[in-house]
Amino acid sequence: MKIKTLIKMANSIGDFFNAESDKELAANGVKKHILRSWHPRMRKELIAYYEQDGSELSDLVKVAVSGLESV
Amino acid sequence: MSINKQQDFGTPASTATEQVTLEIDGFKVTAPAGTSIMRAAASIGIDIPKLCATDSIEPFGSCRLCVVQIEGGRGMPASCTTPVAEGLKVSTQNQKLAEVRRGVMELYISDHPLDCLTCSANGDCELQDMAGAVGLREVRYNPVETHLHAVKDESNPYFSFDPSKCIVCSRCVRACEETQGTFALTIDGRGFDSKVSPSQNEAFMDSECVSCGACVQACPTATLMEKSVIDHGQPEHAIVTTCAYCGVGCSFRAEMKGEQVIRMVPNKDGKANHGHSCVKGRFAFGYATHKDRITKPMIRASIKDAWQEVSWEEAINHAASELKRIQAKYGKDSIGGITSSRCTNEEVYIMQKLIRAGFGNNNVDTCARVCHSPTGYGLKQTFGESSGTQDFDSVMKADVILVMGANPTDGHPVFGSMMKKRLRQGAKLIVIDPREIDLVEKSPHIQADYHLKLRPGTNVALISALAHVIVTEQLIDENFVNERCDVASFDKWKTFIAQEQYSPEATTDITGVPAEQIRAAARLYATAGNAAIYYGLGVTEHSQGSTTVIGIANLAMATGNLGRDGVGVNPLRGQNNVQGSCDMGSFPHEFPGYRHVSDEQTHRLFEDAWQAELSWEPGLRIPNMFDAAMDKSFMGLYCEGEDIAQSDPDIQHVHAALRAMECVIVQDIFLNETAKFAHVFLPGASFLEKDGTFTNAERRISPVRKVMSPLAGYQDWEVTQMLANAMEYPMNYSHPSEIMAEIASLTPSFAGVSYEKIDQLGSIQWPCYDQASVGTPIMHEETFMRDNGKGLFMLTEYVATEERVTKMFPLILTTGRILSQYNVGAQTRRTENNAWHSEDLLEIHSHDAEDRGLKTGDWVGIKSRVGETVLRALITDRVQPGVVYTTFHFPESGANVITTDNSDWATNCPEYKVTAVQVSKVSQTSEWQEQYQVFSDNQLELLAQGSQHD
Repeated sequence: MKIKTLIKMANSIGDFFNAESDKELAANGVKKHILRSWHPRMRKELIAYYEQDGSELSDLVKVAVSGLESV
Repeated sequence: MSINKQQDFGTPASTATEQVTLEIDGFKVTAPAGTSIMRAAASIGIDIPKLCATDSIEPFGSCRLCVVQIEGGRGMPASCTTPVAEGLKVSTQNQKLAEVRRGVMELYISDHPLDCLTCSANGDCELQDMAGAVGLREVRYNPVETHLHAVKDESNPYFSFDPSKCIVCSRCVRACEETQGTFALTIDGRGFDSKVSPSQNEAFMDSECVSCGACVQACPTATLMEKSVIDHGQPEHAIVTTCAYCGVGCSFRAEMKGEQVIRMVPNKDGKANHGHSCVKGRFAFGYATHKDRITKPMIRASIKDAWQEVSWEEAINHAASELKRIQAKYGKDSIGGITSSRCTNEEVYIMQKLIRAGFGNNNVDTCARVCHSPTGYGLKQTFGESSGTQDFDSVMKADVILVMGANPTDGHPVFGSMMKKRLRQGAKLIVIDPREIDLVEKSPHIQADYHLKLRPGTNVALISALAHVIVTEQLIDENFVNERCDVASFDKWKTFIAQEQYSPEATTDITGVPAEQIRAAARLYATAGNAAIYYGLGVTEHSQGSTTVIGIANLAMATGNLGRDGVGVNPLRGQNNVQGSCDMGSFPHEFPGYRHVSDEQTHRLFEDAWQAELSWEPGLRIPNMFDAAMDKSFMGLYCEGEDIAQSDPDIQHVHAALRAMECVIVQDIFLNETAKFAHVFLPGASFLEKDGTFTNAERRISPVRKVMSPLAGYQDWEVTQMLANAMEYPMNYSHPSEIMAEIASLTPSFAGVSYEKIDQLGSIQWPCYDQASVGTPIMHEETFMRDNGKGLFMLTEYVATEERVTKMFPLILTTGRILSQYNVGAQTRRTENNAWHSEDLLEIHSHDAEDRGLKTGDWVGIKSRVGETVLRALITDRVQPGVVYTTFHFPESGANVITTDNSDWATNCPEYKVTAVQVSKVSQTSEWQEQYQVFSDNQLELLAQGSQHD
């Protein structure tokens, strides 16, 4: 998958949950959404990107992705 | 079987609860107050002669045939306009009445051609019946002047208008007004000169007539007659089935001669349509037997090869072998399937079962991905169920109707007519749409109270501004919120939305809508009584589609407009079975009944029932499949009833992905655009050739019944079953009713659904939890469907789309559909509906056109960041400056060449409604269109070569 597509998708999910002032809750919302709707290979590629670079991910998404594997 | 005509009670039913008892011809009858004597008599089997009365329209009292006598009363009142009253004693037959009726009939017949034996209505003519009923034996008059030589109007492709047979009963005029709400017909002239006139004495095709067929249905003679009946004669039996077009899901009687459909007549007992229809469902069924139908299975190694017709066995075995080969080479997840809202519930169910249990992955998706997937997400989150809350009839109790991003008179015309009726009765109307839809002021006797003409892509800002007004002006229904909703979520939302940044004044620069209009509309919505929201793809097909759906749900909860008649949140589903295809587990993360694949209890339930190990992980969505194809990890696709090569956005990317796959299996009735990229073609069956059910936008499960044999030999569920067996996943259903029984056994909301009950009730609205239940017209009456029973408020931050206008791309293109064509047009383009709309046009405002030196009819190039196409321009002030609009019914238009891959954050529903473009005058078609034409012609040639080898 094109990583740019995955980054865009993840950041747009982050944009929705960013309205939540409790950022832990917001990050959990992003994480749960990705976990429940993304094919595992897409998650794996996003996690790999986050671990290698991650610069294009929003701060909220970074927090969410950092917790993805442990779920 | 017989034609079994539906009884005509003469006048509409009364909705009064008070009952009155009277005597008719010595028989006691009890009827609701307000019922006509005619209807009360009909209810006990006494048919009073009539001509100008029919039970779909209000009584008129003009023909004088239905006169009766009432004991103690004066004269002979018309029974159609005289209501029942307690203790009345009515005579419907006596010598005096008979003489009057014969006199009336004699006058009618004196100016009517006596060609009954050769008349197209012979056997189905009320005038003929009445002549018999009153005992007319002679006509004493010999008129000097008659209408017998009046000229026929044959302009409409589906029905003829023969004024020589008209008795000027005005049933057609009233049907056009009351049932359809178009007011295209009138009675022109006076006395002898009186005649039915489309518009200002125009031909039907030149008038405002929308060809809904209501006039034809109402006509008691052969004056307005289906051309198919003129050509083939009267049908001899009828089978009730459900329309295969839009999400209204109209019930029809397919009136047949053997296996030939003579006409589709709207079913008076249909609970979605109450005997009404539109030009598509009523007339545009000829595609089912169109010469383009492919009825033999075909295979080929490459899309550069000619098709080869093969046996079903060979095609199925080849398809299965290819899918298995691909899985062996690229892995279990390298194949998947796409279902369609054109499929029945049963077809969708076994397709997703095949993929989950037979393919061993969850790579199943459906066309709702590109239309209403945000509805599924947004309403599931807030209300706990992925569906609209009301039945269609609910609109008749609405005091204010908010239509957002929908065009009911074109997209959902039969419901649109019902909505118009309510608006003519005085309900208020708020329209939120960048374009001036017909409801705004083009529908007779209807004027929107507010048209919030927002900029495309700013729905969330607008819906939040409406909510801001409701919160800050204390228009909240506190009781509803406190009793029915999650109060903590409400408090958080209230604080959020009350911030100044969401006020109409602060958002007006974003939306382009004056703040005072937003404030007034919000006040109207919150305070005018029952408020109902109806929305369509103008809400969902955005990068924030799900957020807007959530915002709509928030509005309805905050004002207490849920859980009763006349209110609610109503997604108008685009296709006939969008709701059903989603219900049946077509999404890659959900089993039937919207239960997540990782939910342990559900997962085990399906593993046990299906005797297969199922994946716990979500599968690929449609756009993910395309992306995966490009990197060679998704190489085999089974696509039933969907035309992704035309309907999906950024079409050049879709085409590249299809070319990259090693095996594309298409099951369809035509060689559609997707089939041009296919390696296996499995001929499908039209809705007339199969049994099953469709579920419409109001959750109504309606029967689809086979009226003719499948042209290719099999119904679609049988084809999927053959493929499953060839994939070594056994399926042994002998009838779709068995599939429904399995669905019911595994899905709580369908637990009480069965074919027997559907046949008994006509249709069932889910949830239907047990055998005793007759379904649920209105949802969330007591509690919401969420685990704690409380409605959830969610925050709706506006995030501007990435698709921005710039100097290079200064206009926003948005898309929609038109009444006469249907989606990708595969069906309607193969009918006479092309007479109304034979090409997609680009609507552009006069200011933008003037800047570019354009006039109507000019070829214009439309260029976006991803592609370019060419259409003819239509200059209109329906669109606002800065916005252009087109439909997408013709593949050569290439509307999706220019749409981008932007999509909804939650569901990846494409952002069809916002594409930045430049428009300029050109003299030839685009490069893409030229390439498409070459490719398409080549594919048709390869099809022809295959047929010749037979």
